[in-house]
Amino acid sequence: MTEFFGNAAYFAVLACLGLYQAGAWLKKKTGLAFLNPLLVSIAGGVGVLLLLRVDSTSFARAAQPLSWLLTPATVCLAIPLYRQVRLVRKYALSLLAGIAAGVAASILSVLVIALIFEMDHAGYVTLLPKSITTAIGMVVSREQGGVENITVAVIVLTGVFGNLMASPLCRLFRLTDPVARGVAIGTSSHAIGTARAMEMDDVTGAVSGLSIAVSGVLTVAAAAILGNLV
Amino acid sequence: MKYLRQFGLILLFSFLGEALRALIPLPVPASIYGMALLFLALAAGMPLSAVEDTGDFLIEIMPVLFIPAGVGVLGCWGELKAMLLPAVLCVTLVTCLVFGVSGCATQALIRRERLRGGNGK
Repeated sequence: MTEFFGNAAYFAVLACLGLYQAGAWLKKKTGLAFLNPLLVSIAGGVGVLLLLRVDSTSFARAAQPLSWLLTPATVCLAIPLYRQVRLVRKYALSLLAGIAAGVAASILSVLVIALIFEMDHAGYVTLLPKSITTAIGMVVSREQGGVENITVAVIVLTGVFGNLMASPLCRLFRLTDPVARGVAIGTSSHAIGTARAMEMDDVTGAVSGLSIAVSGVLTVAAAAILGNLV
Repeated sequence: MKYLRQFGLILLFSFLGEALRALIPLPVPASIYGMALLFLALAAGMPLSAVEDTGDFLIEIMPVLFIPAGVGVLGCWGELKAMLLPAVLCVTLVTCLVFGVSGCATQALIRRERLRGGNGK
């Protein structure tokens, strides 16, 4: 039975689709932000594997078709980016500078943490892309020799944390401007945070969405330069 | 034929990204090159309708594509345990810091811009 589930061509993909829908349903029913569908699906997936005694390597192999779609899906992030750039062209320079400041803060503080805890290169680059969107972050981690699976977990948890803390952090930092709020949410907690930004208002949501792609690209560039510091 | 054409076009940009990735010796993922090329094509006048429907579908299913990698954390529990504290600090402290720095910088810059715009009128 374990062998059947480990090798079945459609079980892994079906399980992922089912888990995500179950997670989305749970979120809608309870309205609790920490029950993010992706977080719930990952936890549920771990549960299913432990229950059926399927090891995660064969599950990942069976789910290969999903990974294959990741590159074209990431390429398509250009579509929302293009839609949003037209909306906020007026603030282009301030936006870019703000996002760049956030990316610099992220990379420098991860560097400091890596130095304090005397982490090796693999550990450092695993945490480096933690604030950017999963699609880009997991590839940055892989390219630099990090542990991709841990990067994904850390990115998702960062997103959920940003989603939950967006409102209190806006008050703490006295962010009243919707454009500044959008930059803060999108740069610090990517797509999962953006879900919260969209609930605030349209401008915050659009700017947050735009910040996902821009901070992702800036982080790729910075990681190419600073990835070898540790 | 609509979806076939759109999906074909998206795969073309993915492939161009792959080609650039092979040509340029930098640790930049193929998807980033593809995304930049698609953005430039749209900015240069390619209609959104040429990729929009299939693109929105792919973006909708994107979170599902991360589940296998996320579940894979089960296989590297040992490595995660070794870096648990720095990882927790990154998720909490660094996220707050990035939030504050990017938000405050943007707000200050926009206010300055508006002030200048106001003086101009």
